[in-house]
Amino acid sequence: MSEIIRIENLHFRYGDSEKEVLRGIDLSVQQGEFVAVLGHNGSGKSTLAKHINAILLPTEGKVTVDGIDTADESRLYELRQTAGMVFQNPDNQIVSSVVEEDVAFALENLGVPYEEMRERVDEALRTVGMYDLRLHSPSQLSGGQKQRVAIAGVIAMQPKCLILDESTAMLDPKGRKEVLATVRRMNREYGMTVLLITHYMEEAAGCDRVVVMDGGGIIMDGKPEKVFSQVGRLKEAGLDVPQVTELAYELKKAGYDISPEIITGEECADALARLLGS
Amino acid sequence: MLRDITIGQYFPGSSIIHRLDPRFKLVITLLFIIMLFSGGNAVCLGIGAVYTVTALLLSGIPLKMYWKSVKPLMPFLIITAVINLLFVRSGDVLWQWKALKITDTGLDISLFMIIRIVLLIMGSSILTYTTSPITLTDAIERLLSPLKKLRFPVHELAMMMSIALRFIPTLIEETDKIISAQKARGAEIDSGSFTQRARNLASILVPLFISSFRRADELATAMECRCYHGGEGRTRLRQMKSAPRDYIALAVTIIFLAAVIAAGRIF
Amino acid sequence: MLWHGCSAAEVCTAIIIQREMPQLAILETQELTYTYSIGTPFEKTAVDHVSLTINEGEMIGVMGHTGSGKSTLIQHFNGLLAPTSGKMLLDGKDIWADKKNIRDVRFRVGLVFQYPEYQIFEETVYKDIAFGPKNMGLSEAEIKRRVLETANDIGLPEELLERSPFELSGGQKRRVAIAGVMAMEPRVLILDEPAAGLDPAGRELIFSHIRAYHRRTGNTTLIVSHSMEDIASFSDRILVMNEGKVFCFDETEKVFARAEEITQIGLDVPQITKVFMELKRRGFDFGREVFTVERARELLLSRLSERKGL
Repeated sequence: MSEIIRIENLHFRYGDSEKEVLRGIDLSVQQGEFVAVLGHNGSGKSTLAKHINAILLPTEGKVTVDGIDTADESRLYELRQTAGMVFQNPDNQIVSSVVEEDVAFALENLGVPYEEMRERVDEALRTVGMYDLRLHSPSQLSGGQKQRVAIAGVIAMQPKCLILDESTAMLDPKGRKEVLATVRRMNREYGMTVLLITHYMEEAAGCDRVVVMDGGGIIMDGKPEKVFSQVGRLKEAGLDVPQVTELAYELKKAGYDISPEIITGEECADALARLLGS
Repeated sequence: MLRDITIGQYFPGSSIIHRLDPRFKLVITLLFIIMLFSGGNAVCLGIGAVYTVTALLLSGIPLKMYWKSVKPLMPFLIITAVINLLFVRSGDVLWQWKALKITDTGLDISLFMIIRIVLLIMGSSILTYTTSPITLTDAIERLLSPLKKLRFPVHELAMMMSIALRFIPTLIEETDKIISAQKARGAEIDSGSFTQRARNLASILVPLFISSFRRADELATAMECRCYHGGEGRTRLRQMKSAPRDYIALAVTIIFLAAVIAAGRIF
Repeated sequence: MLWHGCSAAEVCTAIIIQREMPQLAILETQELTYTYSIGTPFEKTAVDHVSLTINEGEMIGVMGHTGSGKSTLIQHFNGLLAPTSGKMLLDGKDIWADKKNIRDVRFRVGLVFQYPEYQIFEETVYKDIAFGPKNMGLSEAEIKRRVLETANDIGLPEELLERSPFELSGGQKRRVAIAGVMAMEPRVLILDEPAAGLDPAGRELIFSHIRAYHRRTGNTTLIVSHSMEDIASFSDRILVMNEGKVFCFDETEKVFARAEEITQIGLDVPQITKVFMELKRRGFDFGREVFTVERARELLLSRLSERKGL
């Protein structure tokens, strides 16, 4: 696996404000990884995401994506094709009144010839499962569907890396599931690197890796079960843990033999059954 | 409720008029307007009426929809007609009561005006009824593209128009929500003293403005992230191709226009 | 059916309890139906012959997925929507009997919409909270008392009151907006997804303030949420809506007894409930519904220590 995102000693302040929003971040993400970035509001997780495709530029330090320095203005469009970004509010990122035209927006901007554009748009629409609704108006769609259109609009650029900046925060549970399933598939089938910025821990549970942010820095980084088992630290960072992890943690504290690295319901049922049956 | 209002009334369909190239439709509509105002006599108007009615029927949209487009303007039209009727003093007197008199010229002017405006509204409604607003914007952009050489911001205007169209439903929905929320706090938009109403209006407009600015800001970022950099070097997914029927429709319109101009000279 | 499995004595106690504490209906719907866009191709019945009663002082959780009719239903409770057919009663009186009094109904039944911070418009927090009370025509002194009291209830420090609401954090703005409705001192407070989009700490904060408000005032409170996890812990009763109809409306415990069916209509039950459903399938029945970690912990610890003791 090769490295796709490299962040070195990233510091960031808004304008001439004294307060550092990001305080020395080092992070390396490999091609094909599915990484969740968790943190409470104001922890700096969205600010970090915005550095990956040069919406923000480092005050200090360096961010490179697939070898492109985000500060290199001459390669800006190349960078934005490599790292595509989906935002929080589905309504505020759809440009066109027709679904398929919105998906084509980036390709139109890049001057992709018609035949190729048609093909890539259709493929992107099929990938997110919105092909049948390609001629609809976005206002007729549910939140989850709109967000899938937004994803299609980004993957039509064929990026190597997809960043979801709290893209599930405004959705209902059904919409959230739709979006997550879509991104998981992008990751599994196309090997796309995914950076999922969220404060829902249940979304992070299915990732390869969880990065926890607090106060503008990274405080934990590892496999979900390792990270979640540190219930106390997560709660201090204003986050939740899955209910089953918390239960395992409580039982362990009470002296029972149960692994604290439980994150799914199944694992929990198995462990409890073992405990009760022994 | 606000959401029941349909803006840019477009009725999807597959009539011959629906299928015309929107660029041709625009040009034809322009010629049609010239046609209506080219001749001042009954024959001219008759030819214009035949043209309009044929087009209405070809569009395959129920005629009552066209009536709906005219209806809100009717009171205004009637008042203007009555004023014309009473204040035009030239011509033969047809009827007189004290200082009020109606002349044949006055009658002509009022009738012509009403018919012309009704035809105008119905005829131009064909364009908006059979063409989606977004296609229309696109067609305008393409027709005006020669103006780019004169540094006229054609692409930018069209982009603004299409974003406006895209956000109309969103903003209507949002306005609806804000109104409901303020009503829930006892705001009365349609009653109360002037200052109260002004204050209540502010309770709707302020949040709406704030959210529009936020949306604009977020949309701009999202557009930049998808490599938007103005109109230069853009290609389009929506293709506009003209077919023989477009040229035929244009030819027919030109013939009607010529007939109207000729009739205006002859009669 | 309700008494199935209960002993006669239990039935009697239950009846006696009910007699001793007469429950006063505050909101009642009778065959309430609401149809959108009648006569157009978009016609849709959002609420379909719903009859239910909500009692004074209850804390009720309302669940249902998008399009289940829950949002439409709650907008009937304060007269923002008028039923297409059926009745909406407040204190036993049809709120639409006299249309002129509908504004008064809105003061008695306060409704906080989703993302309420988007309706903030005044230049100071104080003024924004005072907007509702002012519309009620209260005196300055009374308005002041209410603003201070609700700000305190919702955890907004007094020094914030003279600040512009637009300078506040997202969570604080949300609380300002909620306070704006609470300050009308409605007898029923309805909150549509009060914690939507907030992070876990923000959610917990909002819910704890709402709980405290409910305890202090004893007012009937309805909370709409997609998340059973959120409402399970503090609701007396849960109303589950599905396809415009009442799917079930019962005590929390009894609603959870139907967890299986609830997942079938596309709603999520808490992860811990699913685990205990699975344990039950494997033969470990705890006899009670489990929806919070605390209860799960209690039940497991007592069961495990029993076994140790044996």
